[in-house]
Amino acid sequence: MVENRPFVTVFSHLTLIVGIGIVCLPLWIAFVASTHDVSRMFQSPAPFWPGTHLVENYLAVLRSGIGQSANAPVGTMLINSLIMALVIAIGKISISIVSAYAIVYFRFPFRMGFFWIIFVTLMLPVEVRIMPTYEVVAGLGMIDTYAGLTIPLIASATATFLFRQFFLTVPDELAEAARIDGAGPLRFFRDILLPLSKTNIAALFVIQFIYGWNQYLWPLLVSTKESYYTVVMGISRMVNVVDAAPTWNLVMATAVLGLVPPVIVVLVMQRWFVKGLVESEK
Amino acid sequence: MIKRATFGGVALPYALLLPQIAITLIFFFWPAGEALFQAVHVQDALGLKTRFVWFENFERVFSDGYYLASLRITAVFTLASCLLAMGFALLLAVMADRVIRGAGAYKTLLIWPYAVAPALAGVLWGFMFNPTIGVVAHALDAVGIKWNYYVDGDQALFLVTIAAAWKYVSYSFIFFLAGLQSIPRSVIEAAAIDGAGPTKRFWTIVFPLLSPTTFFLLVLNLVHLFFESFGIVHALTQGGPGRATEILVFRVWSDGYRGQDYGGSAAQSVVLMAIVIALTVIQFRYVERKVHY
Repeated sequence: MVENRPFVTVFSHLTLIVGIGIVCLPLWIAFVASTHDVSRMFQSPAPFWPGTHLVENYLAVLRSGIGQSANAPVGTMLINSLIMALVIAIGKISISIVSAYAIVYFRFPFRMGFFWIIFVTLMLPVEVRIMPTYEVVAGLGMIDTYAGLTIPLIASATATFLFRQFFLTVPDELAEAARIDGAGPLRFFRDILLPLSKTNIAALFVIQFIYGWNQYLWPLLVSTKESYYTVVMGISRMVNVVDAAPTWNLVMATAVLGLVPPVIVVLVMQRWFVKGLVESEK
Repeated sequence: MIKRATFGGVALPYALLLPQIAITLIFFFWPAGEALFQAVHVQDALGLKTRFVWFENFERVFSDGYYLASLRITAVFTLASCLLAMGFALLLAVMADRVIRGAGAYKTLLIWPYAVAPALAGVLWGFMFNPTIGVVAHALDAVGIKWNYYVDGDQALFLVTIAAAWKYVSYSFIFFLAGLQSIPRSVIEAAAIDGAGPTKRFWTIVFPLLSPTTFFLLVLNLVHLFFESFGIVHALTQGGPGRATEILVFRVWSDGYRGQDYGGSAAQSVVLMAIVIALTVIQFRYVERKVHY
């Protein structure tokens, strides 16, 4: 604040409040719809204030989906989403941190070649090579498995780069001191480098957890059995029902359940998340 | 690039690199190679024989009027939602940078849509704009706008655009706010002492100093919108009505998966890869050399 202009300050607050209103409106409408019974969903327009069926609706979708064909219980879908998000986040961080360590701290033949192999994957997002990747995974018999859902998405150039950048800023003296004290490469990695990387790991975890949770196209192809549905892809099957209008109150309850976990992760880990986002894109 | 103090041994670094390289080769290079192979071949009706056809698939793709329309739709959609999201985010970031009281709460309330899946964003906006019971659709009807995005292609494209913009506001907001906070206060104070008001200061000092952030966000948002919008389109309109919202990424999937046209789909994949490579090169050539102040 450079000078005191009450009018401008009030205007700033008003703009922010209106902006937040617009940003939060879709979530509010969805939440409100999820607290009404199905008969209310046939009156136009949809309600703007909460109703009384909150617990009932959420329990219903968690236990038995939305009661139409081809729908797993949302509880199962949430567990699948959680497995997918955690395996992708932890897997990406683990394989990236060790490969960045190898590239920065060792001299060996074809070091740059490996670096470029990893680098090129930046240019091949899964959406672009979706059909051939699907065929490869199908050929390996990984359709309808957790391995098929997660492993193809685990390789990540971004995470490897972030760790590489970070390792390059770690003072050389640390490695020298460790060597003089007789620590081998694995010991140095475990006792010195890993503790130093904690904030970076936390930041990456938030971003990769969201990435894994929000995958849509990939599970749409790989999960053909209901027991492997994730919540984000499952909901689109509920919206696009062929013969009837969707039961909006239950669909919205599912939507809220599907977006709350990643939102909580972002809000709880806000500080690391912002840092991770700003640094990983540099 | 490499440390002064390195460790010896050759087997260990290879072992450390093995998981990442193995996954990259199997799930990135193999499919990409497959895409290149299929792009220059055609399969017969039974899928038994493939024939090398040079660039026939590409010719077929580019002579398809729908593909050219899809290119245009993608360009309109990505540019419009990118500018919409960035404009809105910049406005909010400037305001959030000004206020002192409640700044943390405002920030928290604005960043959460980042975590919402594109497909869920599509579902939420589709519900608000649902022609039968949507709240906003009802309001639009009340002011005399006939709203039905199931039949009106322009309305469907508009809805997809604002749903995507909504999803990317928080991303741009975080970067704009970080950019604004790194502008030295002394510069702004000096301008204020010289008599420049808030508006004048914004256009002559803040906005130019923010231009590296703006450019960087423009490139990244375009990349994200280009590739991550499949979920929004699939959940909201399924590419319809007609083909009014059929963006390129959606087409790759629908031609390959629904249409079983592997050659055509692969040729489209190759075109998309070329676009990503171009965008990545732009990003690294120009964004790396950010203007420093």
